This record gives sequence, structure tokens and C-alpha cells, in this order.
Amino acid sequence: MSRLALLTDMLRIRRMEEKCAELYSAGKIRGFLHLYIGEEAVATGCMHALDPEDNVVATYREHGHALLRGVPMGAIMAEMYGKREGCSRGRGGSMHLFDASRRFYGGNAIVGGGLPMAAGLALAEKMKGQTHVTACFFGEGAMAEGAFHESMNLAQLWTLPAVFFCENNLYAMGTALARSQSQTDLCAKAAAYGMATLRADGMDVTAVHEAARRAREYAAGKGPIFVELRTYRFRAHSMFDPELYRDKQEVEEWKKRGPIHNFSARLKADGELTEAQFLEIDARVMREVDEAVAFAEAGTWEPVEDLTRDVYTPIPPSAHDPLVRGSA
Amino acid sequence: MSVITYREALRQGLREALASDERVFLMGEDVGKYGGTYAVSKGLLEEFGPERVRDTPLSELAFVGMGVGAALGGLRPIVEVMTVNFSLLALDQIVNNAALLRHMSGGQVSVPLVVRMATGAGRQLAAQHSHSLEGWFAHIPGIKIAAPATIDDARFMLGAALADPDPVLVFEYPALFETKGEVSAGRVDLSSARVRRQGSRVTLITYGGCLPKALQAAEEVDGEVIDLRMLRPLDMGTILESVRKTRRAVVVDEGWRSGGLAAEISARLMEQAFYDLDAPVARVCSEEVPIPYARHMEEAALPQPAKIVAAARSLSA
Repeated sequence: MSRLALLTDMLRIRRMEEKCAELYSAGKIRGFLHLYIGEEAVATGCMHALDPEDNVVATYREHGHALLRGVPMGAIMAEMYGKREGCSRGRGGSMHLFDASRRFYGGNAIVGGGLPMAAGLALAEKMKGQTHVTACFFGEGAMAEGAFHESMNLAQLWTLPAVFFCENNLYAMGTALARSQSQTDLCAKAAAYGMATLRADGMDVTAVHEAARRAREYAAGKGPIFVELRTYRFRAHSMFDPELYRDKQEVEEWKKRGPIHNFSARLKADGELTEAQFLEIDARVMREVDEAVAFAEAGTWEPVEDLTRDVYTPIPPSAHDPLVRGSA
Repeated sequence: MSVITYREALRQGLREALASDERVFLMGEDVGKYGGTYAVSKGLLEEFGPERVRDTPLSELAFVGMGVGAALGGLRPIVEVMTVNFSLLALDQIVNNAALLRHMSGGQVSVPLVVRMATGAGRQLAAQHSHSLEGWFAHIPGIKIAAPATIDDARFMLGAALADPDPVLVFEYPALFETKGEVSAGRVDLSSARVRRQGSRVTLITYGGCLPKALQAAEEVDGEVIDLRMLRPLDMGTILESVRKTRRAVVVDEGWRSGGLAAEISARLMEQAFYDLDAPVARVCSEEVPIPYARHMEEAALPQPAKIVAAARSLSA
């Protein structure tokens, strides 16, 4: 694993999302926009540990996961613009990035809603005799949902090849973990179902990567595993959040542990990176961002006549039963 | 041709599905060792083994969602939710994932999932076990709703649902489980309504457990009975053809009247056949009360042949 690649990918997420925030203010991106800024080490460490054939199920804060899964930045940006060239044809937006060709089964915007689906994808792999794992991302807030508990139980009961990555950023929107869950030891909850658990510092990309690598290996051979990654969201929950629920001081303290800043400092201290190289990487990333924005700007609006497409799957005429008649 | 019960027809459909496609598996509460709450899946665990006939914990939300995931993963899951009453616990996965994933992903994925569930009142099970919520599900774009009311449909609709690339909810009617009939067709479609009885005075439009009631009422009023079979998509062509002939329509629906499927059909008739009608469209639905336990009260709450006859006759006055 190239440590520079980890740094570059964290920076790609960061710069892309900073641009998203700017475009949101400019009215180019609408709807909900949930930024991942501060949490980049988690997606970066995890996605680098997965195989291309593995399945990924993510949340509505999934821009970074999609990007590192290989979805082109331009397709992500075009999706946020609502353009036809977007990775979900403009039908999904920020919260519903999809790329079936990369086994990226979406941003799910119902908290906990992705967990049962991920367990089902893992069941399919197991029944097909495959060794691919299914990676499921969710926040600690999802662990208060019934879907979490039901999925943990079934995944362990049927020893499904799934890695449950909990991105614990301490707040479910504005509700702190200790204010909403009686058991704040998250690994203990998974362990209650007999599931193996791991915990890593979600602000340290190499720690995340190592935990994710071990978890993937475990899931492929032995069954499901739960990984808690402790992290922090530097920005508001969404663009509408006045952040009344946490102290500015707390945010500033966490920012000192910023994953990009600290990791680049470490690489410099280890002699693997110079400031000039960092600036060169950053400039390259900024060019990618600019190109993505240009791609989105140049994108086209799907004609309104296409509104009802993709509600149902078109059935080729040859597959029609001769008995079929009737109308919608 | 052989004469079998609706229950046996369902079982034969399941057995054929499991035997003919190794991607197909069945999961749900008590589908295996217990043999199915209504004995529909009896014997299938022994024949196909625990990998393909999976008993689940009482986790409707998770195992319906797992059906969605398994369908995305290339399998053809049949998820049994014991009854529609418990499907309320799984609504998020049905509505937000099964129904939406194709559209939300810009057409990248299909969800070939089949969810089966028993539905309907009439067996003194009281309010929490007597729901008829097909109309709720029929409200949602992205899923298809099948309501087999005949032996043929009980036997073959499952196969058609599995062949369909999109999620299909199949409602099964315990009120019909002991009905008997001959199996005839080798396959059925998931798009058309059927005229089950010819008549000339009034069209009785119904589905599922109310079909025998409508057929009984039709004898007294020279009614033409349409079995909708599919509640989404609705086959308006067959309905309009009949209504333009009889010029009168009664919609018989075990769901509640307010905001229900009967209201939808009535509205479409108003939109599409207003000038062909000699009388307003009538509705016979469940009364607007939770379904009571006491037998006489439950009977009073549900559509009955006498109510259908009265409604039909009121149109000719």
C-alpha cells in the first residue's frame, strides 16, 4: 500500500467536497448535501482494503466512498448537478450515488436501511459459493435502529461474509451518542450477537486501512465482523444545520487531529513527502476537481419526456407472453 | 387436469420454482421445519434442504431487506412474510429499497424479488390480524401487486412473478385456501384482468378473497364479474370494455373505503367512462372500523354478497 496514494485519495475527497459546498452556495447543487470533511481517513482506509469484486453499501454521506470505489469525479459532480451524465442519471442526487458496474449499491438515505440489504448481498455471495465480501457503512446513529439489530443477528446466525463498518462520528445529526444510546460501547453491541469486532482510530488512515484489511480477510473466511472507526465530522450535518448541539471548542480540538494534515505531517517527518510534493499533489487534485465541475457544467438535462423511465425494467418484446394484454 | 385446493396450488407453484431454478430460494418465518403457517411450504425443507428453504427469526425488516440484497446479488429470492399484518414491520425495505432502487440508480439495477404474504379478514382473528392493505402497496410505483383468486393463478402467478425483473408482491388469501378447482393453464400473465362470469346488467369489479362473494351476488343481478388479478398495474382495458357494455359498475374491495383501491378504480371510471355510465359507480368496501372479533360483528364489517346485491340493485332504481 502506497502511503502517498492514501494521502492523495483523502485529498481528492476533501477538495471535491469543498467544491461541493461552494457549488451548493452558488445554487448549482440543491437538495440535501452531507459533507464527509474530517472523516476522509475512514472511507480511504476501508476502500483501499477492499477487492474490486466486493460489494459496497453506503449511506447518504457517501461521496468519498463512491469516488474511491472508482466512480469518476465528473460523474459524481454531474449527479449532484442533476445532470443525465451523473452516476445515477440525475435521479438520485448527492444521497443516492450508484454504480452497479463497480458493485457500489448506493447511498441509502434511510438510516439503517442499508444494513439488511448488505446482509442480503452477502447471503447471495455465500449461496453462490463466492469469496467476495460485502462492506456496509453506517453511522453510530444507525445502531439505535431495529434494522441494525435484526441484521447483526441474521448475519452472525448465517455466518455471512460481511464487514459492518461503523463510522462513529459521535453525533446522530445533532444527538450525541450518550444522549441516545444506553450502551455507548458500540463493539459490545455487535459482540452481543456473537460477532467478532475490531476498533480503530478513524482519524488515522493507516490504522483504518490495517483494521479494514484484517476485517475483510476475516469476513471472507470466517463470517461477519463489526469494525468501529472513531471519527469526527468537521462540518455541519447538512447545509441546513446551525450546529447548536456542540461546542466550537470541541470541533477545534478534533480539527487538531485532522486526518489529512496529520498524515501529511507524518509522511514529511518520515521523509516520504516534501512540501513541494504535497503542493504538486494538491494541484493535481484541484485539476481533477476543476475537470469534474466542467464535466458537470457541460452535462445535459434529461428530457422531461423520460420522466417515467426506470420505474420498471423494460421487458424485451420477445419475452412477452402472447396472453399479455392490458394497460398500466 | 386434476382438481386441487388453492393451498395445494400455491405449494405446487413453490415446488416448481425451487426445482426449476437453482437461484430461487424461500425464506421466512416458519417456512421450513414448521411447514409454513398455512402449511403452504410443507415438505419443501425436506426436499430442497436448509440452504434453499430458510427459517428466519422474527425480523421482517431484515429478511425482507435481505431479499432485496440477494436479488441485487443475482439470486431469485421468494420472501414469505407470514401475513400482511407483519409486513408493516418491513415497510421501509419494501417502499424505500425494493420499489425505489431501480429509479433512484438511474436504471442501473433491477430488484427481482418476490414477497408472498397472506392477507384478509373473515376468520375471527380480530383487528391486528385482519388487515387488507393491498391498496396501500398498490399506491407505490416500482412494485407490482398480484392477487391470485383462482386455482390457476395460485398455481402459476408465482412463476410469472419470479420471471419478472422487478419486485412483485403476491397476496395470498387464506379465505380461499380450501377452495378447489382444476389446474388448466401452464402459465399466466402479470398484466391482465379477467372476466370470471359473463353478465349484462352490472359489472362487479373485485379481486382476491372477495371474488367468490361477487360471483355469488352476480347470480342474483345478472352481473359480469371482473377479477382484477393485478392491482398494479391495473388493466383498465378489460374494466372499460365490460362497463361500456353493462353501463353500471360496483367495485367490491375488502380494504377500507377511504383512500382505497376502490376509490382509485371509481375515479378512473369517472375519468375514462363518465358518459358510458347510466349510474354513479358504487363501492362495497369494509366498514370504517378495526375488524372486530365477534363473528356477527366481523361479518357486518366486511363486504358480503347481500351488500353487493343491494349496491348493484341501487344502480338500476
